[in-house]
Amino acid sequence: MSTFRGPPRKGENYELSADLNSEYQSKRKDAIKRVIANMTVQKDVSGLFPDVLKNMQTDDLEQKKLVYLYLMNYAKTQPELVILAVNTFVKDTDDPNPLVRALAIRTMGCLRAEKIIDYLCDPLQKCLRDENPYVRKTAALCVAKLYDLKPDLVIENGFLETLQEMIADSNPMVVANTVAALTDIHEAAVANGSSVEIFIVTNAVLNKLLIALNECSEWGRVAILNALSRYETSDERESEHICERVVPQFQHANASVVLAAVKVIMIHLRGVRSDNLVKQMIRKMAPPLVTLLSNPPEVQWVALRDINLLLQKRPDILSSEMRVFFCKYNDPLYVKVEKLDIMVRLAGENNVDALLSELKEYASEVDVDFVRRSIKAIGQTAIKIDEAAERCVNVLLDLINTRVSYVVQEAVVVMKDVFRKYPSTYEGVIPTLCANLDELDEPEAKASLIWIIGEYANKIDNADELLGIFVETFTEESYPVQLQTLTAVVKLYLRKPDSSQGLVQRVLNTATKDCDSPDVRDRAYIYWRLLSTDPGAAKSVVQAHRPTISLPRTTVSPALLEELISEISTLASIYHKPAETFVGRGRVGADSIPRKGTDLEEDQNTARKAIQTVAAGQQSENLLNFDDPTSDEQQPSGLAATQVLSATPAAANLLSGTSSNPLDDLVSIFGSTGLSNGVAPGQPQGGLGAGLGGLSFGAPISPAPPMTPSVLQAATPAPTQLTHQQPPPPQQAASEDLLGLF
Amino acid sequence: MISAFFIFNQKGEVLISRLYRTDLKRSIADVFRIQVVSNSDVRSPIITLGSTSFFHVRVNNLYVVAVTKCNANAALVFEYCYRFIAIAKSYFGKVDEESVKNNFVLIYELIDEINDFGYPQNSEIDTLKTYITTESVMSTNVAAEESSKITTQATGATSWRRNDVKYKKNEAFVDVVETVNLSMSAKGTVLRADVDGHILMRAYLSGTPECKFGLNDKLVIDKSEKGSLGDAVELDDCRFHQCVRLDEFDSSRTISFVPPDGEFELMTYRSTSNVKLPLRVIPTVTEIGTTSVSYVVTVKTNFNNKLSATNVVIRIPTPLNTTTVDCKAPNGKAKYVPAENVVVWKIPRIQGGQEVTLSGTAQLTSTTHRQAWARPPIDVDFQVLMFTSSGLIVRFLKVFEKSNYHSIKWVRYLTKASGSYQVRF
Repeated sequence: MSTFRGPPRKGENYELSADLNSEYQSKRKDAIKRVIANMTVQKDVSGLFPDVLKNMQTDDLEQKKLVYLYLMNYAKTQPELVILAVNTFVKDTDDPNPLVRALAIRTMGCLRAEKIIDYLCDPLQKCLRDENPYVRKTAALCVAKLYDLKPDLVIENGFLETLQEMIADSNPMVVANTVAALTDIHEAAVANGSSVEIFIVTNAVLNKLLIALNECSEWGRVAILNALSRYETSDERESEHICERVVPQFQHANASVVLAAVKVIMIHLRGVRSDNLVKQMIRKMAPPLVTLLSNPPEVQWVALRDINLLLQKRPDILSSEMRVFFCKYNDPLYVKVEKLDIMVRLAGENNVDALLSELKEYASEVDVDFVRRSIKAIGQTAIKIDEAAERCVNVLLDLINTRVSYVVQEAVVVMKDVFRKYPSTYEGVIPTLCANLDELDEPEAKASLIWIIGEYANKIDNADELLGIFVETFTEESYPVQLQTLTAVVKLYLRKPDSSQGLVQRVLNTATKDCDSPDVRDRAYIYWRLLSTDPGAAKSVVQAHRPTISLPRTTVSPALLEELISEISTLASIYHKPAETFVGRGRVGADSIPRKGTDLEEDQNTARKAIQTVAAGQQSENLLNFDDPTSDEQQPSGLAATQVLSATPAAANLLSGTSSNPLDDLVSIFGSTGLSNGVAPGQPQGGLGAGLGGLSFGAPISPAPPMTPSVLQAATPAPTQLTHQQPPPPQQAASEDLLGLF
Repeated sequence: MISAFFIFNQKGEVLISRLYRTDLKRSIADVFRIQVVSNSDVRSPIITLGSTSFFHVRVNNLYVVAVTKCNANAALVFEYCYRFIAIAKSYFGKVDEESVKNNFVLIYELIDEINDFGYPQNSEIDTLKTYITTESVMSTNVAAEESSKITTQATGATSWRRNDVKYKKNEAFVDVVETVNLSMSAKGTVLRADVDGHILMRAYLSGTPECKFGLNDKLVIDKSEKGSLGDAVELDDCRFHQCVRLDEFDSSRTISFVPPDGEFELMTYRSTSNVKLPLRVIPTVTEIGTTSVSYVVTVKTNFNNKLSATNVVIRIPTPLNTTTVDCKAPNGKAKYVPAENVVVWKIPRIQGGQEVTLSGTAQLTSTTHRQAWARPPIDVDFQVLMFTSSGLIVRFLKVFEKSNYHSIKWVRYLTKASGSYQVRF
């Protein structure tokens, strides 16, 4: 048969046409097979439509299926000719053989030609009540197909009512397919903005589903469990009942059944108040979750992503199982990366030694990305478990001593976070880090080391020399490195004013004159002015006390977490993003369909988006963070970021839907930044201005602009406005002025 | 749900293409070819572009791909892809480009049967084989009755079994196959040792037999509840074939079922406590300067001397810049495979309680590359018959049938490792 796929011959379609009309049955069948082969490789065989159609009337089931396959593909292009096939279809739905009846009804649903639809309703009506369950289950899905094509017809013919009745069918497979069809129709209707609930899982339905659950095929169980997860329980007893009935499904061999059962239980546990039962359910959930890891890697990955979510909700679920997440040498990278994340989540005092020796092992593997993540995980462990920090630092030192470039760089970045969490604890490490200065070529690693040098400038004897190296090459560095150099040099100056005055002047000069990034320039100007007007204030700003960092327990907001848990094993739960972010309903649909209906929610969505943009803008632009101490107020952001999170407290507030006014929250974000400066607060907005020594910088900020674009712009116009508010001298003169003050 | 199903060969040519729903065009296949097949840096089995998600599974240089446009159930899609591969294997032996090309008509027939409008349908191999065959079926009146029976069965409560099975001799074979996963640290401590057990059954039983199955197990749900177990084996978890009545297992811990006809996997289980490691590997690997590495690898067997480990394959990694390896192995054959940077040491048979040793030296070329050798773990494959690492034993298998026939039962045990018995050094 492989010859069917030979190179195209001249006039192949002509030959095929001749063969399709051959008097020999076998020749005709071979020709049909060749047509299908051509169709698969996307050659156009639509011209053979009439010839293929002639072969439809046959007793050979295989040939019939092939012709049907062809019809499904080309019916749309030849609507006039499809009508010729209708007769055979309708006749087939009366065939004594149930396989033929099912085949006919299955195919008719897939033809998608307007002309044929009108002929579909009667046979469908009949097949829905067929005595054979195989025909009924096929017909049930056919209703969903018809709805997809012409919803009105389904409603007119009362097919929906028929489906509702079929939930009570005696055959579990029919029930499962009916549920699948109803869910499909329901989702399509909701997506099209219909407000009518087509498939409501009522109490009566619930009981039928629970009965069918234990009897139907694995795929049917998934459909039924999905429907169960949509049921809204009326009281606690009902929730308990559902949980108890679903729990046996944990032992199913099919991973999707297990995950669907986990989903149902997680949802209905919300309604259970008995702690005992909750504990029992959670305990029963752990072993099946671990067993999912003996599946093929793709399924493992899905399970791992979901376990990650479940751990955010219930951190105790797998507390004694960390070892099963150890990476195997031959695991695919995507599995290893997920395992790393989960291991850190499960890390505790009792298992940290095993974890660290594993992570150290991983750091010597071949894949650069995995190695980096392993080192990052060591840092996260250090931040998470105070008692183990020292052991983590020792492992990091070992790794730095390997002198493998990317290992060293990542370790430096991680060390910076350790310093932030445990200030002035591990200063002994600094010489080792500085010795590797020449190894660093990545901006993040450089910036981290510079930050460390600046922070401990008074303890490092040759800090000025080290920073001098970076000041030399200032204009060639990337912006994050420039920003960090600037801050570090100022810190150095404040700590050792005598030895570094020259250095600070040089860097401020270069940054204000030769640098093309507005951020760097702005920061340099601010420092300059601070230093020249009030070094005391400068000290309190630059060396302000910083809140310590910690490892966030969740990576998504609590509301989103609940939503994702209700979506376990779907794409949304794997990406840890709500489905709306990646599922559109076609080009027009995406913006025209009101999401989730109510206006209130819409407002919240817009507000949420606005805040997210602002938060992102803050991170990238460092809008109001005159120095990174203030950025520490949020999660590790900006230069110091190990994780990107949408995590200003106010933004989190809004994400969870507790506040609907974006303006309030913007103000509160700014307000808290001001406070952490250690400056007398006064008015939330005024506080910042006051802290800056009356530079009347308050003006560009105080209009706390409600719309994102203007907030972002505020960063750029700032320098110009500043000079305007100064008495007349143009920029050049102003800087000379300030220089004089030194 | 699943909107389309494709099979691609390694070059990205479409071998099979079936659209289940109309929200996609056939040309979506080109997108997959560009984004995945010709992209050397694919780091996830799911790729979402816009609102279209591609799920792919690789098997023998083929890509089995399912495409969805909605927030699909990912676990279900992957399970479906693997089920398709299992079905294809059972129909035409192995799944590769040639077999797919040779059987494309059959494949179309199959994927139409096991999936309708994107929803997976009955995919029990045994049942499928009754009405999708490699010979063409004629639809006559006799066939109509026959298919009526088949279809009733395919949708019924025991969709996995025909009710007219007859055997002269009623037999049931039970194979307990355990795969040991080990990772041992360089210091010789066990980092992780667990057993993935599979209980395979070949049932050649007439009628509709009701089976009960018993093991010396104790399912431990909460580890803190450990009591005295006697000789019972602790299982962390078990999963069953869909023929097993899960509700009964949940309430009374009995495994009762009506088996499918022929071969199937009755149960899988996992055990992590008291895992007996049949082979102990003691490697001593020393890097002598930068020019050579010396190896002494000892393998000890750790079971009754009446048993023996067979097909033992030990893969010992060598540094990337190895030129030659000179090794002496009194038992079996050892050979350096430059393409994989390993010494493969094959021993056809080691008796219980024995000890074998390989010693050798790898010569290295000098390189400019100064990164230390990553030292991947030593990997051991083996099989030990009539031995279970977990200690699991089949206590009984009872068969009840209306006609009360006598049935013969056979039990076999096998412990093996393939690719997951790893010792670091």
